[in-house]
Amino acid sequence: MRISTPADDATHEVPARRGLAGAPVVIEARAVHKSFRIPEHRVDSLKERAAHPLRRIEHRELRALHDVSFDVRSGEFFGIVGRNGSGKSTLLKILASIYRADAGRIRIAGRVAPFIELGVGFNLELTARENGVLNGVLMGLSLREARRRLDAVLAFAELEEFVDLKLKNYSSGMLVRFAFAVMVQADADIMLIDEVLAVGDAAFAQKCLDVFHAKRRAGTTIVLVTHDMTTVQTLCHRAMLLDDGALRFIGEPEDAALRYYQLNFGREREAPAPGGTAGKVVDLNVRVVHARLEGGTGAIVERVEAGRPLSLDVLVEAARPMRRPSLRVQVRNHEGLVLIDFTRVLDAAVASGGRMRLRGQVENRLAPGRYTLDLYVREEGDDGGYTVQGLRLLQLAVDGERDGDGVMAVLADVDAELDERPA
Amino acid sequence: MSDVPVLREVTGPTALGGGRRRALELLYLLALTDFKRHYVGTALGYLWSIARPLLLFGVLLVVFTQVFRLGSEVPRYPVLLLLNIVLFGFFQEATAAAVTSIVAQEGVVRKTQFPRLVIPLSIVLTGLFTLALNLVVVFAFILAFGVDPSWTWLLLPLVIAGLTVLTAAVGMIVSSLYPRFRDMAIIWAVASTVLFYGSPVLYPIEKVPEGLRQLVMLNPLAPLLELARKWVVDPSAPGPAAAAGGAWRLLAPLAVALTVCVVASWVFTREARRIAEEL
Repeated sequence: MRISTPADDATHEVPARRGLAGAPVVIEARAVHKSFRIPEHRVDSLKERAAHPLRRIEHRELRALHDVSFDVRSGEFFGIVGRNGSGKSTLLKILASIYRADAGRIRIAGRVAPFIELGVGFNLELTARENGVLNGVLMGLSLREARRRLDAVLAFAELEEFVDLKLKNYSSGMLVRFAFAVMVQADADIMLIDEVLAVGDAAFAQKCLDVFHAKRRAGTTIVLVTHDMTTVQTLCHRAMLLDDGALRFIGEPEDAALRYYQLNFGREREAPAPGGTAGKVVDLNVRVVHARLEGGTGAIVERVEAGRPLSLDVLVEAARPMRRPSLRVQVRNHEGLVLIDFTRVLDAAVASGGRMRLRGQVENRLAPGRYTLDLYVREEGDDGGYTVQGLRLLQLAVDGERDGDGVMAVLADVDAELDERPA
Repeated sequence: MSDVPVLREVTGPTALGGGRRRALELLYLLALTDFKRHYVGTALGYLWSIARPLLLFGVLLVVFTQVFRLGSEVPRYPVLLLLNIVLFGFFQEATAAAVTSIVAQEGVVRKTQFPRLVIPLSIVLTGLFTLALNLVVVFAFILAFGVDPSWTWLLLPLVIAGLTVLTAAVGMIVSSLYPRFRDMAIIWAVASTVLFYGSPVLYPIEKVPEGLRQLVMLNPLAPLLELARKWVVDPSAPGPAAAAGGAWRLLAPLAVALTVCVVASWVFTREARRIAEEL
């Protein structure tokens, strides 16, 4: 979920973690397994089947989930985090009865509504009224209830006067507002939310956040799949870390976030040291003094024009002495894809209270959109292991006209012309 | 929320996942939107849907009364031809639309908890709406042709019920296999053309030579069309039992129809579990 959560937000609440331990379990997953069979060469015609009836189709087993067990309690805001391909979205789809688990047992109490994509099942040829009712039923409401709530939905989306307009005549902004309003109307007992839901502008992201806060206060159980640690730490009561289909950690969101950062950072060092001390998750007690773009406003979300270099200015302070730390900067897009990644080793000893600075220009080929800048501070240990801490530096909005779906904005010196030479 | 929530096992996607009532409501809404999409969006709306069978009817009528003389030997042939075209057209169009229906609804299948069975069934229901409208035109034509109304007209819904069950069963098979075997679309297009000529649509059953007639009567569509003919068009027509050579012989098409239904429910239940992963 790409949501800005300013730390000085007056309404910001500290998750009440202890209060939920006694609440009844509403999701119980035991030893859930799931694999996908990927054919080595796709046989999707009967002719190929008929031509080689005896040949066994070679399948590659892709392990999506392996022996995952957990409980979610009533009223809990539960985060599922992990890198791309870690199995978190598959798990959400299994909870939502979209996929079937190969083995294991899942029990759920109450009505479940999955929120995986905005506007699923919309028919652009139909009016907002018709789509609203259809989607309400899709979200688990009865037909009568969906009709009854339509007015509230339209009011929430501020689209009352467009109720009989076909969706194809809606602007994209109106469409997103309508789709979101339709989704949140379904007050299921358990909401299963995928992060890809919250695309769109900052104002819309804020609105999503407000709704999630409200649902959370109202005691709705929410399972959120995300790779945004800021959201996990501000919203979740508990979080679970998946990696390569296996459960790696379940507990406090801060710990889950730390381990997630560590996982991202230590990816290329797969073999653990003999002592088993590889990748210790230790809070290095580094804090950000400031992180900004020169010429920027210093706001939580920095804005920069497409193509303009990022003048990075980051100052961090170590609370304990460090030897030769490395500073790694990563820029990710809203899908969690790492687009910029570089490491600078500070070849010196840092004293307790010492400050480290990263300054300079970074070429900016980012396509217009929203990005996050993270810093990973890492220190090698004597025994071949290391410790690492992840820090969110800032969120970045790159302004400009998008041309297509590319993740990069590049100069394309390309012309289309009629070729009139004889063939 | 109740004080003590009851944990219920989650078994994954099924044909009717989410409860019967929800499935029925979704079925109704999906068919309704599909119907509106077809007929409200286009300039001439419903006219297009009746224009197709009428055009086909016009061409075939000329061919079979002016070129081949077959039609001239059959009492009330134009009326029979039109009724058959409309009835068979329902079967043909609904099954053809069903083939790609689940793939076309990829979004809801992969991103929401959706009872899979609703998708092909909604296609059949949309087809039924269209059939009902087309039958109004057919009956207007029948009356204009000078056929006397008969109480047996009221039995036509029985034929339509049988036809609907068969259409739904075939729709379930082709729609659930299509995601895995994409040539299902071509196979079914050819198969339904074969069925068109293999059913008494263009010809009445008694015109088929004896040996071949037994084969045609294996097709469950044949007795249904012959029933419709006897009840609506021509009370003096032989009817399915006589055409088959005895009522007990009708057990054969019945067995075929039952097999299709059993296969449909088996295949669909099996495929429903994994269809989201195959898309």
